[in-house]
This record gives sequence, C-alpha cells and structure tokens, in this order.
Amino acid sequence: MGKAELPLHAPGTQVDRGYIGESVPRPNAQRLLQGRGAFIDDLRLPRLAHVAFFRSPHAHARIKKLDFEKARRADGVIGVFDGRAVAEYCKPWVAVLGHLKGIKSPPQHAIAIERACWQGEALAAVVAESRSQAEDAVALIEAEWEELPVVVDMEESLQNKTTIHPELGDNICFNRELDTGGVEEAFAKADVVVEDTFHFGRHTGVCLEGRAILADYNAAEHSLTVYQATQAPHMMQDIFSRHLGIPEANVRVIAKDVGGSFGIKVHVYPDEMATAALSIMLRRPVKFVADRLESFLSDIHAREHRVKVRLAVSKTGEIVAFDLDDLTAIGPYSVYPRTSGIEGNQVVNLTGGPYRHQKYRAKMNVVFTNKNLTCQYRAVGHPIAVALTEGIVDLAAQKLGMDPAQFRKINLIADDAYPYTFPSGLKFEQLSHHKALDLLLKTMEYSKLRDEQSRLRQQGIYRGIGIAAMIEVTNPSPAFYGVGGARISAQDGATLRLEPTGMVTVMCSVTEQGQGTEAAFAQIAASAVGISIDKVKVITGDTGVTPYGGGTWASRGAGIGGEAVLLAGRALRSNMLDVAAAMLKMDKTELDVEKNYVVNLLTREKKIDLAELGRVAYFRPDTLPLDFQSELTVTRHYTPRQYAFAFTNGIQASLVEVDVETGFVQLLKHWCVEDSGTVINPMLVDEQLRGGVVQGIGAALFEECVYGPDGQLLNGNLADYLVPMAGEMPDIVCAHIETPTRQSQLGAKGVGEAGTAGAPGAVMNAINDALLPFNARVTAMPFTPERILKALKKV
Amino acid sequence: MKAPSFAYSKPQSLAEAFELAERPGAKVLAGGQSLIPSLNMRLSAPELLVDITGIGSLRGISVEQGVVRIGALTTHAQIERSAEIRKHAPLLAQAVTHIAHPAIRNRGTLGGSIALADPAAEYPACLVALKATIVVAGRDGERLVAADNFFKGLFEVDLRPGELVVAAEFPAILKEERSVFLELARRHGDYAIIGLAAHKGAETRFVYCGAGATPVFAKRASAAKDLDTGKKALEKDLNPPADLYNSSATKLHLAKVLLTRAWNTLTTSH
Ligand SMILES: Cc1cc2nc3c(=O)[nH]c(=O)nc-3n(C[C@H](O)[C@H](O)[C@H](O)COP(=O)(O)OP(=O)(O)OC[C@H]3O[C@@H](n4cnc5c(N)ncnc54)[C@H](O)[C@@H]3O)c2cc1C
Repeated sequence: MGKAELPLHAPGTQVDRGYIGESVPRPNAQRLLQGRGAFIDDLRLPRLAHVAFFRSPHAHARIKKLDFEKARRADGVIGVFDGRAVAEYCKPWVAVLGHLKGIKSPPQHAIAIERACWQGEALAAVVAESRSQAEDAVALIEAEWEELPVVVDMEESLQNKTTIHPELGDNICFNRELDTGGVEEAFAKADVVVEDTFHFGRHTGVCLEGRAILADYNAAEHSLTVYQATQAPHMMQDIFSRHLGIPEANVRVIAKDVGGSFGIKVHVYPDEMATAALSIMLRRPVKFVADRLESFLSDIHAREHRVKVRLAVSKTGEIVAFDLDDLTAIGPYSVYPRTSGIEGNQVVNLTGGPYRHQKYRAKMNVVFTNKNLTCQYRAVGHPIAVALTEGIVDLAAQKLGMDPAQFRKINLIADDAYPYTFPSGLKFEQLSHHKALDLLLKTMEYSKLRDEQSRLRQQGIYRGIGIAAMIEVTNPSPAFYGVGGARISAQDGATLRLEPTGMVTVMCSVTEQGQGTEAAFAQIAASAVGISIDKVKVITGDTGVTPYGGGTWASRGAGIGGEAVLLAGRALRSNMLDVAAAMLKMDKTELDVEKNYVVNLLTREKKIDLAELGRVAYFRPDTLPLDFQSELTVTRHYTPRQYAFAFTNGIQASLVEVDVETGFVQLLKHWCVEDSGTVINPMLVDEQLRGGVVQGIGAALFEECVYGPDGQLLNGNLADYLVPMAGEMPDIVCAHIETPTRQSQLGAKGVGEAGTAGAPGAVMNAINDALLPFNARVTAMPFTPERILKALKKV
Repeated sequence: MKAPSFAYSKPQSLAEAFELAERPGAKVLAGGQSLIPSLNMRLSAPELLVDITGIGSLRGISVEQGVVRIGALTTHAQIERSAEIRKHAPLLAQAVTHIAHPAIRNRGTLGGSIALADPAAEYPACLVALKATIVVAGRDGERLVAADNFFKGLFEVDLRPGELVVAAEFPAILKEERSVFLELARRHGDYAIIGLAAHKGAETRFVYCGAGATPVFAKRASAAKDLDTGKKALEKDLNPPADLYNSSATKLHLAKVLLTRAWNTLTTSH
C-alpha cells in the first residue's frame, strides 16, 4: 500500500520501506577520502590569529606571579592574557543539575584565576599570528608558584583530609542512595552470596581530530560565528550567548566535518570558551586546535570507578538481590553543562539491568581530585554497570557450578514481561533478552566452543569464553537533562525542501561526526518522499540553517533526528501531491510518489516527473488555480516522551586465549547481538557496533590515564597511552534482533554506544574463564600482562 | 606541537655533510621518524638540520666475502624486503618486522636507529648479538667501532661531533649457526617491553633490548650449559628498569620466558 501514513513497523501491513534496511554507502565518504573534508584546521579566514595556552605544570598550586613581559615581546605575538582579563568577557559557570539532588561544584573560569587545580589547566593565553609563534611565546611566560597539597586518590578524597575547595565543605561532588527495601533480608536468607570489588581505569576518548574551534566576532553586528568541532551546535550557541553576552540569534555555530567525538566534543571546555572571548577582545577571528599532548591533559577523561558489589542467589540459580557501592573521581570541577554526576548516576540506574530480581540497594559517591576532569564519554556508565554485573553474575554461576549461559537464561527478564519496571525505577518498553541470548549462542556455536576449550586445556592452551548481557539508554527524553534545568534540547527537527529539479535538501539538527548519520537521513528522506537517494542532499551542523535540536549524544541521532526526517518527508510528499493534484486536476488520494515521479496510486502509471512539478510550482505557479499556494519546504520535530529512554538490549561474547607465561591476552573473536529496533542501514549499524566494541576492548586491555602521586599524567601521548589498534583486534561478528520502538513511526533505537557498553565485561569474563583452572581472577581494568601475571602469582 | 624554527640543509656529499654536522646546534636528519616527533614535542631544538638522505653512498645492502654490510640510510622496509638479509642475517629479518608500522618502516633507517640507540630498539641488540662493527666517519676519516663498545649509555653512543654512522657490518650466518629474535610488545609495532636477540655460533649470545640503558648482553646466561642455569644466571645479568606498566620483576620474569623460548628454538635442529 505504498508509503502509507503508518509506522514502518505497523503489524500486518506491507509498508514500502524504500531504502530503510539497505546498506547504502555514506555520501560523504568519498569526499573525506579525497581529502576534501572541511575540518576546523582546514579553515583560513583573513586576519586569522592563533591561540596557544600556558598550562599548569602542577596538579594543585597557587599562582603567585605570571610574568608576560618576554612573551609579549616575542615575534608575531598579538596579546597575552590571564584569567582576569578573559573573565571580563566570559562569565564563569557552575556545573550542577536540579535533578541530581545536592550536586555541587565551584565556579569555573575560561582561564583559571589565582589557582590551578589540575596539571594542564590553562592559566594564560597567547595570541599570535601563527600557532608556532604562539607556542614560542608560551615558553617565555615566567611563573611563580606556591604548590598546594594534591589529592589524587579517590578513597583519600572521600576521607576529606585535604579539601580541594574549602568553600564547598568537603570533596563530595554528588552522592546518591537507592534502596528498594528488603535487601538485608534477602542477603541473610540467600543460599549463596558472592562479592567482589572491580576497578575501572581512567581513560579518554582519543579523537582523530583534536578539539578545535575558530571564533569570529563581528563588532559591527555584535555577532559571533563559531566554527567548532562539536556534537551539539545549538547547546553551544546558547552557552556562547549567555556567557559572552551576545544575543542568541547573533551567535551562529557551524560544525562542518568533525573527526570523531565519542562524547569528548559535547562539553564546554575552558580553552574553547577563552578562544571565543579572545575573538571578541581582539575583534578578529581566533583559532584554537588542541594538539595531542594538550588533548590528553584537557579533553575530558572518563570512568575511574571503584565498585564493590554483592549478589544474593538461590541455590537453583535465581538472582535475589544486588547490593552496590560505587566510588568515582571526577577531577576538581564538575563539567558544564551536563555535570560529572551522570556517569555514577548511570551506574546506579543500570546495574543488574538485564535481570529479574526486584531487590536492589546502591550507594554512590562522586568525589573531587586534582586530576583532569571526567565527564560523559561513549556509553557513559554502561561499561561499568555491565562489567560489574556480568562479572559478579559469572562468579555466582561459578560458585553454583552452573554454565554461565544457563545462569543467564534463568535470570534474564522474559521477552513477554513488558512493559517492565526495573528496581531502579526505569521503565522498559520492549526488550528481547532471550531471543538475543539464543541467537548469540547459535551464532558463536557455544557448545562447540566449550568442547574445544576443554580439549585445548589438556594441551596447556588456555582459552576463555565471556558473555555480557546488557541494557542501554538510547533516545533520551527531556528527563535526561532538560528536567534538571540544562538548556539541552531533547527534541530535534528536520526541514525538507523540494528543489525545482526534483531534488530534496534535508536540513537536520542532528550532527555528523563521521558515523554516517547523514547517510541514514538521506535514506529516510528518499524513502519517505519517494525519490531516489542520489536526489537527496543532507546539511547538518549549522545553527543558522537547521531547525533547533540537541545534536549527537546518548545514542539519539538516528532515532530522534531520523524520526523528524521521516515525518518531514511524509509531509513534503503530501504537499507535493497537492501540487500534482492541482496540475493534473485529479484527487490527491489517487496519487503517490515513486522513483522521482508522481504516479497513479493504483496502477503505478507515471503521471509527472518531479522536475516538472518543481518547474511549475516555482516558476509557473500562474498556471495553478488562483487559490492554490504550494508549500514545498516543510519542517517537523520529534521528542521522545512516553518513556524516559528507548532502552535497547544486547549481548556480547568474547573468546580469548591467555598466555599464562607472559600474561598476554590474544583476542580470538567477538560476537555482538544487538536489538536496536528498526535497522536503517545495516552496514552503518555494524560499523558502529564494531567501532564501539574496539573502544570497549581499549578499556579492557589497553587504555588508562596513569597519574603519579603528585598528580602528573605520566602517559599523555600516543606512544605511552595505548589505544586499541587493528593488529590486536579480533573479528567482530554482528547479528540483530529488530524490536522497533512504538514511540516513533520509524521505530529506530540507538546503537552508537552499545559496543563500548558490553565489550569490557565480555572480555573480562573471557579472561577470568581462561584463568579458572589456576584459581586466578582479575577485576582491575585494563588487564595488563602484569596484572594477569600477578593474579597467576608469577610475579 | 609545532617545531621551533630551524635551518635546513641537504648536502649531496659526505664531505659537505661532515662540515655541516660539525656546526654548533646542528643535528643530522635521516628518516626523521624519531627526530621529527621530538622536535614537534619540543623535546629538542636544533638550529640546523642536516638532511643526509641525498647521500647515495650511505644506502644499500651488500654481502661480500662472508660480511654483510648495511648502509646507514637503508630503510627498515628495505631490510624487511631484502632476500640477502633473509638469507645471511635471519636475526635482522626477524627483528625488523617488530619495528613500528609500515609507514614508519618506509622512512626510518638503520643508521638513525643505531645513532639514536633507544634502549628498547631492536637493531642495537641484534648488532651486539652478531658481534657487528659500526662504521663511523667524520672529517678525519673512518673509525670501526665494535657494537659491544658503540652503545655506551642511555641514548649515548660512540659518535664524536660531526661524525656520522656510515654502515653496520657483521659476518653472514654460517650453515651450522642459528639465530632467533623474540619480543613482547602489547601492540604490534610498539617498542618492546622486553626483547631478545639470540645468536648461536661459535659463541652463543643472548642480548636483550628494553632491559637496561643499552642493549644488554646477558653474559652469564649466554655461557650457561642448560636452561635452568641460564634462567638463574639471568637474575645476575639483568636488572631491567621498570616502565609505566611493568615492574622490574615483571620484566625479569618475561626475560626468562623469552630465554626459555629462544633456548628451545636454538637447540631444536632444523
Ligand atoms: C610510532 C613509532 C614506533 C616506533 N617503533 C619502533 C620500534 O618498535 N623499534 C625501533 O627500533 N624503532 C621504532 N621507532 C623508531 C624508528 O625506528 C626510527 O626510524 C629510528 O629510531 C630512527 O631512524 P630515522 O632514520 O628515522 O632517524 P631520525 O629520526 O632522522 O634520527 C634519529 C637520531 O639519529 C641521528 N642520526 C640519524 N642518522 C644518523 C647517522 N647516519 N649518523 C649519525 N646520526 C644519525 C639523528 O641526528 C637523530 O638524533 C618507532 C618510531 C615511531 C614514530
């Protein structure tokens, strides 16, 4: 029945899905491969100045004196500025949210005043004609310090022997407790109780393109154009406007190509705010591109949790209760505007997520330390909640002598139990844990692998199989940030315009960071309108052009932005049919659009080429009835509302081989079954899953920001900080279950973070499965050879 | 991360290069794979870069009268692809695949690697194991330095101001000789946590990289009659410095694992 006004997932109907579900190549790939990307570093404007920052060499120190004399006289220097000078133009911020009760953080300035609270915090800005001249001059700044006591360890921070911000009273940024009741009793009565402590290393998202901004203030208009590598142009527009005192509509944020984000580029960074302020101060365009060394010191870090977890289980293997105690450290400030309380909050929300128990107690503390700030990075909280849940679940299965897959079968929430309310209060619309588990076991040939494992053990080859089931937050409603007072949009919009030649331009508020969102939007637009995909052009990332929206984060782009495109596409088609009906003097209900033609709905006979329709509508409207006006530009918005989040579920498995002499882990294979609702583009979805799994493997085996006792980052470069690389990665097999969300017509949920959420837990369980014959176990990520050797008592 | 400004020259002859390299603040540039990152990270700030890659006489691999000679400008990739190296210097052929990644191997040179003498680098350990001679030259002519004496300390070699590494020479492997190179690195292409260049000829040499300030020739272990004695002896031979991720004890443990593996390879017949 054609592209009816029905959800794509309407039961029993033959809705034409067009390109939806096809692996269409992304339209921007060729341009990027030919080196024609438009990244901030590629942009040159007349009178462009460059800024470099003088950053604190100390983790905590009072600035006694900053002497700019020599720096000011250096070649090419335009100006040198300290925190006070920049503060005249840029208001400080405090990163708290109303729904995170009691969260506190001190005001943070674009450039620190009086005191540095972490190594790498910017203390002065040098603006020069070129970046290298600015760097030369930075080296000439002379500083005198009074070093202050440094808090690096989170347990120590919690004890509050040294308070980093005395005016706040203690080092606790935020805490939360949750108790369904009955937990003590459940543990007292349980047949089996297992408990363990897990450590999650602090790491960061290493984007191919560093953070970058070019701010261009125009004094004549009192307007500011900001080219920025960002995930959230409208959020930044609001922030530049409020903190720099420029009317909102005079601020335009443009995010052209962005070279990866992973959550790194959705926050407010002091050095970027300073760059915008400097453009105003100097009345000329100023560019800042973070180099790799300063990225490590100033891009947000993430994780760094210590979690104690207890599990109560019956002797038949039913989980009765979870008990959780999470401690996490975030650096000296909560990050604006999303706060640094969200990751811990997510750990509390999501722990135990896939399972049926109803008793749950959690305690969580977020503390300040003198290290770089942490905030939301791909899969926020999920890798922690998943790994600790799945780690303790495996331990329980082991104690009961039960196969881990069987243990999960007993405890996963039944596929017909929805809608379902989880003990932490979250509501699930429809999940498919059992279908996913069955598909996983079949895809990986689980029992064959188990046989092989025991056979190889006889030969001294130690393989391990690890499983991690999970739930994931996607398509967040305003309940995520908006209700807490953050000016972060949970709705997004799309404008579709029919061009005179029959092409369609799509302008969407969700951005492209290299993940292929624009390809998905092109598919949806082409399918909804009834045109071929080569006739669609997608524009994103420009507050001056697109509708208002939240951008890219929390696995929301395709599900929310895609729905807006779908709704706008259908509306445009309807308006096109109005024009066609007027031209043909037929009834609109007799017509449809297919393959760039208006066709007869029943016979599919071609009636009008869309180029002809466009020509008439735009250039010869005089031939149309006097009372008819065509509307060939339409805008639609979408906000998820019925559920706080469109939860997805998935399950992963990892097969590893541990060299018990060297402690090296070889990743042999990884499987990922994901239910992200309607799959718009299988290739892009699998790419997201695989890339995500690799980032999760990074957390499990390689990545950690290592700090010395003095708060110095010891491995802030790509030689010492180990990102996962292709040579070590296993083949990653992806499979899908499709349970569309009924909250939208499109039915798509998010998938961007799923791989990262599940992989660390799966790899950890696989390693521990391999180590089982030695009665050894590792629980501190990353699992370096040395940590494994220590568990094996070889060193 | 922009390099401080510097002057650049590209001599076409050795004589010209010696003269330029002697100037104060001059630094030789070969493949640039170690030097350029250190400039960009502002870890060094030479005033003049003397790019020697135009000097043809520093290139090439030859085998004559049982001696393998590798010119300083020979790239890792050329060594990797050389049939002669595979045949006459299997130790180097095995080692080179562990050096960095193809893009770096296309530019990085043998001379640069041994002049820099990173303690974790593969070539220095191999050259000590093979009892190689380093050919160095300056305005006053050529000097031959035994590899054993060339690597003097942490990033410190026997090169006088204005001198260049010209080549490395060592005996081609004999039929009855065996060699094996092993290393442990967490990712392909990383500098090794610890590596072992082992050669068994008239004398057996186990030489470690990543185990000290220079390549470490484990003399006692090399002289050991059996593996257990060798492993025990290693505790006296090595005192590896801890790195970011590995304690000294872990590195010693890993050194023993490599010794075991190399021993087993060297003692099983072809
Ligand atoms: C990511 C990465 C990974 C790496 N991994 C490894 C690895 O695993 N193992 C390894 O061994 N190396 C590794 N390297 C280093 C690489 O092998 C370099 O190529 C090598 O160390 C230096 O050679 P070059 O020709 O690039 O020298 P350059 O960088 O040009 O010079 C290095 C130094 O040697 C001096 N020099 C160069 N040639 C001469 C000469 N003929 N005479 C006197 N002085 C000279 C220079 O003045 C300079 O001080 C890695 C490099 C990178 C970037």
